[in-house]
Amino acid sequence: MDKTTPYPKINALECKSCGRCVDACPKQCLEIGNELNVRGYRPVVYKGEGCIGCASCFYTCPEPHALEIHIPKK
Amino acid sequence: MEEKIIRTQGIYAEFPRKGPSAAPSATHYCPGCGHGIIHKLIAEALADYGLQDRAVVISPVGCAVFAYYYFDAGNIQVAHGRAPAVATGVSRAQDCVVVSYQGDGDLASIGLNETLQAANRGEKIAVFFVNNTVYGMTGGQMAPTTLIGEKTVTCPDGRDPLTQGYPTHMCELISTLKAPVFVERVAVSDIKNIRNARRVIRKAIEIQKEGKGYAFVEILSPCPTNLGKSSVANNEWINTEMVKEFPLGNYRDNTATAEPIVRAKSDFTTESLEKLFDIANIPATIEHKDPNFKESQVKISGFGGQGVLSLGTMLTQAAQAAGKQVTWYPSYGPEQRGGTSNCSVIISEDRIGSPVVYHPDLLVAMNRPSLEKFQNDVKPGGTIMYDAIIGDVKLPEGVRGVAVPAQELAIQAGNPKGANTIMFGVILGLGLTGLPDTAFQSALAASFAKKPKLIPMNLEVLAFAQKWVKENVK
Repeated sequence: MDKTTPYPKINALECKSCGRCVDACPKQCLEIGNELNVRGYRPVVYKGEGCIGCASCFYTCPEPHALEIHIPKK
Repeated sequence: MEEKIIRTQGIYAEFPRKGPSAAPSATHYCPGCGHGIIHKLIAEALADYGLQDRAVVISPVGCAVFAYYYFDAGNIQVAHGRAPAVATGVSRAQDCVVVSYQGDGDLASIGLNETLQAANRGEKIAVFFVNNTVYGMTGGQMAPTTLIGEKTVTCPDGRDPLTQGYPTHMCELISTLKAPVFVERVAVSDIKNIRNARRVIRKAIEIQKEGKGYAFVEILSPCPTNLGKSSVANNEWINTEMVKEFPLGNYRDNTATAEPIVRAKSDFTTESLEKLFDIANIPATIEHKDPNFKESQVKISGFGGQGVLSLGTMLTQAAQAAGKQVTWYPSYGPEQRGGTSNCSVIISEDRIGSPVVYHPDLLVAMNRPSLEKFQNDVKPGGTIMYDAIIGDVKLPEGVRGVAVPAQELAIQAGNPKGANTIMFGVILGLGLTGLPDTAFQSALAASFAKKPKLIPMNLEVLAFAQKWVKENVK
């Protein structure tokens, strides 16, 4: 994954696969993953590119620590 | 590479609950629930304004009952609908920022009265009202905010105004009141609405930071579980259906003109509390245990106005003066007018479990209805003192009756209002409670501490009653 551009960091254990972030992302760069986590949810995954660091996914996510946005400083 | 990280602030890193958890930092909320979104926005505002150490978040009853697991701030969890009352107490007792977090059942149903009263007083509270149109925690019952036609488990055919009334509009109701500083309705559906909600939530917190008064933010929020919708469909439903009934927007904004509310500071110093409870005039207690002291259970009864309750408190003070354990338990209410009022006093060497007296050792009856009501409850070997004015009586067997012309004696003693002090003196004269003369005297002094002129007169009445016992009772 390219870490010179913004990217979301997803805590796969906490994600409940509600899909709000997938819907909120203006760049459609998130999707529901195929892997089951230990709690039985399919956590969201970052497609690997496209994130602009707008934090729409962060603010729409109901879990406090499931998602954070990393924005490299120029 | 150096990074800026956008992450949650003001919320604990982990949420330890009972036993180990597969995901100790995940909330207890359902997937797609609005509570977590709102928690994050409120916590972020508290953290950004540096208020966490002086903020108290009131957790409601409802799905958000566990809010105290999450907010890294002061927390109190309160009874259903009572957040405004507790928030009022907290905000008046301390200089702090109070956040009341409530759902629609809690705030608009059981807590509606307190919500409106607190708003009307302009309490310094930020109220966050989470409206998702259903009772979530209990399984999706109809709430005050359920939309017309909306199906819930308790209105399975859809809410019908003819039988269930109309949705309650809280922002509109609260904005009819004069005191609230800020009232706005927002939604946490799509990201545009969430960003707006973030701005409004920050504003409500800012109003608290500045101490300006009551801010009410209604937040239309998803409940995918109980609405039986996906997260995305629930957002769509909020944006199309809910906003028709509950239009988003500002209903009041006086923040520019509102001045900080300055209320008199609460004084909780020991000195002020001692003054309030008149500690100086409560007789000093003595520390010893008397193994021979016999517990007395006393019932005093009469018409309201005959000094029944105050005879009880005088007896209580006498017991305190003698260093005994004592309870005083009044019973009145509908009987205040015309019927009997009574109180129970228990005097004991040991701690008293219950203040209720079912079978008194001593009954003091100031009138006939009181005598008839309680005379059969008196313990065998017990005593019934009654005003002689009652006339002929038929007392139960095995109890001692003492007819005291209390009102007449009071007049003779020069204090027509002192019939209860006469009874007090007769209790002393008969030695029924095992308390010494000095205890009775200091009780009178304490009872009339606010009218010191009456103390000598009442001491005379006491002595007069003792003398009467000596001369007249065998």
